[in-house]
Amino acid sequence: MAEARSETLVPASAWGGGASPFAMNSKKLGMWLFIISDALTFSALLVAYTYLRLATPNWPTPFHFSPSILFASLMTFVLLSSSLTMVMGVHAMNHGHRRRAVGWILATMAGGAAFVILHATEWRHLIVDEGVTPFSNPWNEPLFGATFFALTGLHMTHVIVGVLYLGVIAIGVGRGKFKPEDVEVSGLYWHFVDLVWMFIFPLVYLMSVHI
Amino acid sequence: MSSPVTHHAVHAAPKGFLRRYIFSTDHKVIGKQYYLLALFSVFVGMLLSVLMRYHMIYPDAKVSWFEKLWPTGAAGGIMTPELYLSLMTMHGTIMVFFVLTTAPQSGFGNYFLPLQIGAEDMAFPVINMLSFWTTFAALVVLLAAFFVPGGAPLSGWTAYPPLSAVGEIAGPGQGTGQTLWILSIALFCAASLMGAINFIATTIDLRAKGMTLMRMPLTCWAWFVTAILSLLGFAVLLAAGILLLLDRTAGTSFFLPAGLVVNDQILNHKGGSPLLWQHLFWFFGHPEVYIAILPGMGLTSTVLSVFARKPIFGYRAMVYAILAIGFLGFLVWGHHMFVSGMNPYTGIAFSVLTMAIGVPSAIKTFNWIGTLWGARIRFTTPMLFALGFVSLFVTGGISGIFLGQPALDLYLHDTYFVVGHFHMIMGVAAIFGIFAGTYYWFPKMYGRMMNETLGKIHFYLTFIGVYAIFTPMHFVGVAGNPRRYPNFKEFEFLGELLPVHTFMTHAAFFTAAAQLIFLFNFFWSMKKGAKAPVNPWEATTLEWTVPSPPPHDNFGGRLPEVYRGAYEYSVPGAEKDYLMQNEPAVAVKE
Repeated sequence: MAEARSETLVPASAWGGGASPFAMNSKKLGMWLFIISDALTFSALLVAYTYLRLATPNWPTPFHFSPSILFASLMTFVLLSSSLTMVMGVHAMNHGHRRRAVGWILATMAGGAAFVILHATEWRHLIVDEGVTPFSNPWNEPLFGATFFALTGLHMTHVIVGVLYLGVIAIGVGRGKFKPEDVEVSGLYWHFVDLVWMFIFPLVYLMSVHI
Repeated sequence: MSSPVTHHAVHAAPKGFLRRYIFSTDHKVIGKQYYLLALFSVFVGMLLSVLMRYHMIYPDAKVSWFEKLWPTGAAGGIMTPELYLSLMTMHGTIMVFFVLTTAPQSGFGNYFLPLQIGAEDMAFPVINMLSFWTTFAALVVLLAAFFVPGGAPLSGWTAYPPLSAVGEIAGPGQGTGQTLWILSIALFCAASLMGAINFIATTIDLRAKGMTLMRMPLTCWAWFVTAILSLLGFAVLLAAGILLLLDRTAGTSFFLPAGLVVNDQILNHKGGSPLLWQHLFWFFGHPEVYIAILPGMGLTSTVLSVFARKPIFGYRAMVYAILAIGFLGFLVWGHHMFVSGMNPYTGIAFSVLTMAIGVPSAIKTFNWIGTLWGARIRFTTPMLFALGFVSLFVTGGISGIFLGQPALDLYLHDTYFVVGHFHMIMGVAAIFGIFAGTYYWFPKMYGRMMNETLGKIHFYLTFIGVYAIFTPMHFVGVAGNPRRYPNFKEFEFLGELLPVHTFMTHAAFFTAAAQLIFLFNFFWSMKKGAKAPVNPWEATTLEWTVPSPPPHDNFGGRLPEVYRGAYEYSVPGAEKDYLMQNEPAVAVKE
């Protein structure tokens, strides 16, 4: 009794099951997928901004180097520094230093919170002092304010959610509930939020400088 | 490179009614929940369409219960044009989102993806539960639009601005109703994102030993690619929805140009572009068509192979065709906008890319026919519906080739030709996929067989019915009958077409009535159907290796090992005419 071909359609398998491709667990893969999706949401808003700006002949460029750009640069610096502290947090966690990791995560949260406070200050200044709102502004191009607040608002929402998320992670790590990869996954989200800002900063701020 | 992972999907069987049947994290319960939500939605949507068809041929009829349901929309029992448009909007939205997106992907996909790849559950069971209940909330919010002052919105399932963006001034339903519509869609986007992440992670991470990608059943490939489309498409719809909501509630002008006059009032907006909405919407909207149809394609491939007792013709070509359709689907959104104002050169680019989708679609169709070639076909109900799917897919696809050409589309776009086209391909072809799936998987889901005789009657009546409804639409469309008009009697040039509309309306009544047979069969079989064996169709995939219905952990704690592809029928030398995917060696007759 001979054995018939049991592999008629597909060649021999290299897939052992019970393991994840690219040494990536499902949580991390899930976060990457969320980031891809969220990147498309932001891309859509940036495309909308670009589309509307190109369609408007006299798009206002009201920002001056001082104080607008200086202030936004400070915000950028704070946010990017928080990415650095996040890297340190993930590193510490990977090396088993739980308490040090909690410290770095708290520092990251502080950076995020500082960014939100600075951002809120800037919004207040624009709305109260400059009269820029989502529906009107002194330059009579209402979409300037609309796109500005929509983009920065969605981003700020992400930062706030990120600070809360890191808070949960910090508590969990402090109590020994979370593994290093949980910290790494939260780090992915945080770096993504920073990366989005690196698109918003040049497109919304630098390109709106009065020349 | 691979690293051991813990069994993150394992969870003990829950106790208590709430945890088992309502807030369950079991993919099988969630799959059924999604399916039943879609079943409820499809009957609501169908009722709306019947009312519309009725109004079309009897626009002056006084129906007393119309007035009871819609005191303002049907004052005196006569349906107003606004009410007609709100029924159209709700019909489209319910059908596209809560039926065509929900049943084949979230319903069947949830139930059978883990079973077919040999996993104990989805990768993120809790997110899975959240995604169902978010979808449920979305449906409740959408249906609530019927009951708020002003009623349901009028702007169609595509919600084109300015109509959708300017608020109550544009008509009843454009106030609270339209806002609820946007909120509902935003919730649906969130639920779909959660679902998509779950499907992709499950397919990549949780396949059983030996289940290589190229051994997966084509259903799994279809769910996988559909999940990618959802992940990318709904993200953009979410962004568009946020902007539309801001236009309505925060006074922004993203989609509203200057100098807009609505109902004799000049609106205080400036700088926006209604075309921007169309770009963002159709970047989602076209992939959405494939979100609806791809799972049906995957299932049709499997069902044809099972009941033809032959391997699927060109498995790899089928996989690549699914991938190609998914990819090209993101590059053709502009063909919905040929008449919206588009540079003709851009139109040609979109047109060529649209035609290109015909290639993988034809590959699939010819492979289906190749699978049937020379086969001893078992004409069961699921097989009949799968054959119906192929027929409708070809019919609807061919009219798509017409519409993909800007020169023809300019004439046909706002006529019934388009209504006929997308109902054929995105509507009933996808619905036939859902029916095929229901008849095919019902034994596994509920442990009982559905009645074959009733199923066949249901198929023949429905098949004849849908062709009788939608074929004439192409003809009245070519004759110049505009779509979205509630009353054709007001236009002399449409008078000649009225008998055709009368025929279509009667066909719609007939087809809708035939669905009651299905409904009866479904619930009757759940209680009284013959007990289903483990593998009633003699199919090869892994869901047919476990009891019907499967236990909580699917495989009884021992994950299967896979040794072969999903379509090994009539293997030469084998004892049976099919080899299960987990059968290691073949017994051979000398």
